[in-house]
Amino acid sequence: MNRISENKRAAIWSFALLLVGLLVWELSISTQQVATGELTEYEILTGAGTAKAGVPPPSEVIIKAWEELSNPFYDAGPNDKGIGIQIGYSIYRVLTGYFLAALIAIPLGFLIGMSSVAYKALNPFIQVLRPISPLAWMPLALFIIQDSEASAIFVIFICSIWPMLLNTAFGVAGVREDWVNVARTHELSALKTAFTVVLPAAAPTIVTGMRISIGIAWLVIVAAEMLVGGTGIGYYVWNEWNNLDLTSVIFSILMIGVVGMLLDAAFGLLQRRVAYVE
Amino acid sequence: MANAFLSIERLTQKYPDGKGGEFTVFENASFGIEKGEFVCILGHSGCGKSTIMNILAGLSEPTTGVVKMDGLEVSGPSLDRGVVFQNYSLLPWLTALKNVIFGVAARFPDWTKQQVEDHSIAFLDKVGLSGDAIHRKPSQLSGGMRQRVSIARAFANEPKLLLLDEPFGALDALTRGTIQEELLKVWSGTDQTVFMITHDIDEAILLADRILLMTNGPLARVAESVEITIPRPRVRTEIVENPNYYAIRNHLVQFLGKRSAELAGQPSVAGETHSPETIRIDKTSGEASNAPMLQAVKI
Repeated sequence: MNRISENKRAAIWSFALLLVGLLVWELSISTQQVATGELTEYEILTGAGTAKAGVPPPSEVIIKAWEELSNPFYDAGPNDKGIGIQIGYSIYRVLTGYFLAALIAIPLGFLIGMSSVAYKALNPFIQVLRPISPLAWMPLALFIIQDSEASAIFVIFICSIWPMLLNTAFGVAGVREDWVNVARTHELSALKTAFTVVLPAAAPTIVTGMRISIGIAWLVIVAAEMLVGGTGIGYYVWNEWNNLDLTSVIFSILMIGVVGMLLDAAFGLLQRRVAYVE
Repeated sequence: MANAFLSIERLTQKYPDGKGGEFTVFENASFGIEKGEFVCILGHSGCGKSTIMNILAGLSEPTTGVVKMDGLEVSGPSLDRGVVFQNYSLLPWLTALKNVIFGVAARFPDWTKQQVEDHSIAFLDKVGLSGDAIHRKPSQLSGGMRQRVSIARAFANEPKLLLLDEPFGALDALTRGTIQEELLKVWSGTDQTVFMITHDIDEAILLADRILLMTNGPLARVAESVEITIPRPRVRTEIVENPNYYAIRNHLVQFLGKRSAELAGQPSVAGETHSPETIRIDKTSGEASNAPMLQAVKI
C-alpha cells in the first residue's frame, strides 16, 4: 500500500463526505415531485398544480451563491442589498461591541486577577450578570439608548465581556510567582511589570478568552439583527424567510458559518503568536 | 562582623503553626559576608535556607532582625542583589539573549540598545553560549543551558551581591560539573560577592571560600562557619588530591549526618546571638604532605 500522508487522507474523506451529502440532498429533493397528470378541480383550486415552495436542491443553492458572490456589494434599496454589504454591517457591529468590551474587560480582568479583594468584591455581580442571555438586555437597551443600531452593539458588548474578563483574571492570577519575582529583583515599576512580565505570561489565557468572546459575539449578532432589523446578515436571513426564498436562507446560513470560521481562525493565529512553552 | 560588607543580624523567622501558636524556623541567626567572598550555606531541607535567601533578596521580610549591606538596611528587592532561582527564572516567551537583555536593560537604563546587546552577548559567551543557541527560547534549550543563561543574566547585571538558590539542583551530575566550572570561571574574573544555597557537599567545597552549616529546623541556627583551606584556582580533579579536601569533607559529612540533628531544636538564651563558630581545618601547614592523605584513605 502506498503511503499517503494523514492530511491527504483526511482531505479525501472530507471531500467524499461532502459529495455524498450533496448527492443525498439533491436526490431527496427531486423525489418530492409536484402532482402531475390529470388534476381534479379541487386540486387546481388548492394550487396543487403550481410549484410549491420547498427546500431547494444544492444545485440551486450553488447557483444562488455564484450570483450573490459575483456581485456582493450592490445596493438596490433597503430590502435588496448585496451579501457583502449585509455581512459588512454585521462585522462592523460585532467588532465595535467586541472592542468596547475588550477595552473594559482586559484592564478590569488585570485588576481582579491581581487583587483578591477586587475579585471577591466583583465576583457576585459577575456571577449574576454572566448567565443572562444577551438578548434579554435588548428591550432595556432599546428603551434607554433609543437607537436600534447602538442597542445591537450594546448586546454584543455585554455578551463578549464575560469570557474576556474571566480569562484575563484567571490568566493574571496564574502568572508564576517566580516570574513576578524576576521583575521584582530587577526593580521594574508596577506598570512595566504588567506590560513586560504579566501581560506576556497571561497572554495565551487572555487570547483564549478573546477567541471564545468573538465566537459568542458572532452567534449573538444574528439573533440581535433579526430583532432590530434594517441591515446585517441576521436581518437578511429573516427577510429572506419572509420572502420564502429558502435558497437565499440556506446560502446566508452557509455564509454565517464561513465568516464565523474566519473570525475564529484570525484569533487562532493570534493565539499561536502569543503561545509559549514553559 | 558588624562591619562586614553584608551583615545578617539576629534574624528570626516565625510562622503561625495553624493551631494558634507559632512555629520558629530559625532564631537570632547572625553572620557576616565579606566583599568578594563566595559563601555557601549547607543544611537539611526545612532549616530555613531558602527563607534566609528570600530575606537577603528582599522578597520576604523576617519576623525580626535586620540585614545590612554596605551599612544600609535591606528593604525590598533591589538590582544590587541579583538572584538565580532554582527553576523557571527565565521568561519562557523571550529568547536566551532577550532574557539577558531584559536584566541588563533594567540595570543600565541609560545604555544604548547596542551597548545592552553587546554586554549581554559578552556574558552569554562567558558561560559558553554563543551563535544560534542564544536566539532560542528556553524551552528549546537543555536544562544546563537554561541555567547558564540565568547565570549570565545575573552576572551581566554586576550586582553587589549575587544570590544563588540551589542553581544546579535540577541538573544531572555531569552537566552540574561543567557548569560549576563555568561558574568558577565567570566568578574568578570579578570581585563578585556570592551567597549560594546547595545540598551538594562537593559542590560547596569546590566553589566556596567559606561554608555555613545550619542545624535542622525548627529553631535552626547557623552553627558553624567552615573555611575552605584549598588554594584557588580549583579544578575538580585536582582538589581531591589536596590533603585538606577529605578532612573538610569528613567534617561536613559528620555535621550533616549527626551533629545537625544533635544541635537542633535548642531555644535561644535571652540576649544571645547565634553567631557561627569558625572552623579552620588545615593539614598542609608544615607537615609531611602525604600524612593526611593516608588518614583520608583509612576512612
